[in-house]
Amino acid sequence: MKLPIYLDYSATTPTDPRVAEKMIECLTLEGNFGNPASRSHSFGWAADDAVELARKQVADLVNCDPKEIIWTSGATESDNLAIKGAAHFYQKKGKHIITCKTEHKAVLDSCRQLEREGFEVTYLDPESNGLIDLAKLEEAMRDDTILVSIMHVNNEIGVIQDIETIAELTRARGIIFHVDAAQSAGKIDIDLKNSKVDLMSFSAHKIYGPKGIGALFVRRKPRVRLEAQIHGGGHERGLRSGTLPVHQIVGMGEAFRIAKEEMAEENVRFQALRDRLEKGFSDIEETYINGDMDKRITGNLNISFNYVEGESLIMAIKDLAVSSGSACTSASLEPSYVLRAIGRSDELAHSSIRFTIGRFTTEEEIDYTIKLLHDSIDKLRELSPLWDMFKEGIDLDSVKWAAH
Amino acid sequence: MAYSDKVMDHYENPRNVGTMDKEDKGVGTGMVGAPACGDVMKLQIKVGANGVIEDAKFKTYGCGSAIASSSLLTEWVKGKTLDEASEIKNSQIAEELALPPVKVHCSVLAEDAIKAAIKDFQDKQ
Repeated sequence: MKLPIYLDYSATTPTDPRVAEKMIECLTLEGNFGNPASRSHSFGWAADDAVELARKQVADLVNCDPKEIIWTSGATESDNLAIKGAAHFYQKKGKHIITCKTEHKAVLDSCRQLEREGFEVTYLDPESNGLIDLAKLEEAMRDDTILVSIMHVNNEIGVIQDIETIAELTRARGIIFHVDAAQSAGKIDIDLKNSKVDLMSFSAHKIYGPKGIGALFVRRKPRVRLEAQIHGGGHERGLRSGTLPVHQIVGMGEAFRIAKEEMAEENVRFQALRDRLEKGFSDIEETYINGDMDKRITGNLNISFNYVEGESLIMAIKDLAVSSGSACTSASLEPSYVLRAIGRSDELAHSSIRFTIGRFTTEEEIDYTIKLLHDSIDKLRELSPLWDMFKEGIDLDSVKWAAH
Repeated sequence: MAYSDKVMDHYENPRNVGTMDKEDKGVGTGMVGAPACGDVMKLQIKVGANGVIEDAKFKTYGCGSAIASSSLLTEWVKGKTLDEASEIKNSQIAEELALPPVKVHCSVLAEDAIKAAIKDFQDKQ
C-alpha cells in the first residue's frame, strides 16, 4: 500500500490510463492533431470525427442528443455560461433567479455578478440534511422568476437533490432550470430525454477524465436560448467560441464512455467501501455525519469529530489525502459554508473531514484509514481541554468564552 | 500549511500534557480562547513556597501551532519565578517556533494563558 492514501476523489480524479492513451493519440504530428474547424483537408476532418464521437459518448451517458452538448473548459465555465447566458437572454421576461446556499462557488459567484448587474437572487436555505424543501422552493418562485439553478449532487456532503421534481415545477411555470451535475455524472443515472431539466453542467476530471474540459447540455426541445459569454470564431453553434481542444475532448468522451459501462458495478463496490468506513468510525464517540445518508452518492462520507480541531486533525492524518470542507475554500481558515448552511456550529464545521472513495480505492486503504482516525482522535482528545469538560458533563455552550 | 520542524516536534511529542487539581491552593489555572475561534488553551502551574514554578501542565484544543506554543511554554516556565514567567513574550514563542504570520495569534494565546494562570494563583493566595 502506498502512502499517502488518496481519498479526495470529489476534488479531482486521476485520469484513467485508458483515457490518457486516447488523449496521447491526438497530440503529435503522427497523431490526430488537426483543427476540427479546418474543413479543407483530412487533418481537420479526422479531428472533427474524433470530437463528434466524444460528443456522442458524453451524450450517451446522460441520454441526450449529441447536438445538445456544448464543449467548455470545465463545469465552472458551464455554470457561468448557463446562468449568465440564460439570465442575459431572458432578462426581458424578468430578473429574478433562485438558487441554494450550498451551491458551488461557480454558481453562487455567477449569481453575485448578476446581482451587480441588477438581477435579484433568492438564496434558499437547505434543510439540516442538506436537501431542499421543495415547498419552500415553490414558494420562492415568482412571476418574474426566469431561472432556477440547483446542483444535482453536493460536492462536500454528497447529497442528491430531487432535480426531476424541481424540473416539473419550473417547466410548469416556464422557468429555465439549470443543474450543476459536476459531481453526479458518471455516479448516478441521468436521463435527459425523459427529464425536464433545461441546462446541465458537466466536468471531465471528476470522473477520470482530464482537467480543463467540460460540457454544457442545452436543451433543443423545447429550445433553450443563451447569450454567449465568450466570442470569437462562432464555434459550438456560436455559444462558445475557441478552437476545440481535441485531446481534452477525446479524453472526456472516453471517460464518459467508461463511466457508462462501469458505473453500476463501481457503485456496488464504492457502497461497500463507504459502509465499511462508516462502520469503522461508529465506535468513536461524538461523531456527526453531515448530510442525508440515504439520498447520497455512494463514494462520499462527510463526518465531524467533536472536540477535535480540524487543522490539527488534518496534520495527524497526513497519511491521508482528504479534504476539510471543499478544496476551493480550505486555503482559508473559514469553516465550510456548506456545513454552516445546514446548521452545523463553527466547531463541528471546523472538525469535519470529507472522505471520497473512487476507482482506485482498496479495502486495505479503508482499513488503514479507520485505524489512523481512531489513533489520531484518541491522541487529540487526550490533548483537548474541551474533551475533559465534556467528560465532566460541562455544557460548553454555557461557558463564557473570551472570543479573540 | 508548512510547519517548522520545531512545531512538528512539539505536535508529535507534546511535553507536559496533563491536568492538575485546580482546587489546590498551590496551583494556578489559566484557560483562554474560544471553541468557535478554533483554539482553547488550558495551562496550569504548580508554584512552590519559594515562588518558583515547580511544574506545568497543559491541554490545548487547536491547530498544530497552538499545541506547539503551549507545549513549549510549559518547558520554559518550569524553574522560573512568577515574575520571570510573566515576562515571557509571544514574540519569543513565535520566533522559537518560526510561526508564520497567520499563526502568530497562537503565541499570543500562549502568553495570555501563562498570565491568566499566574493571576489565578495570585488570586488564591
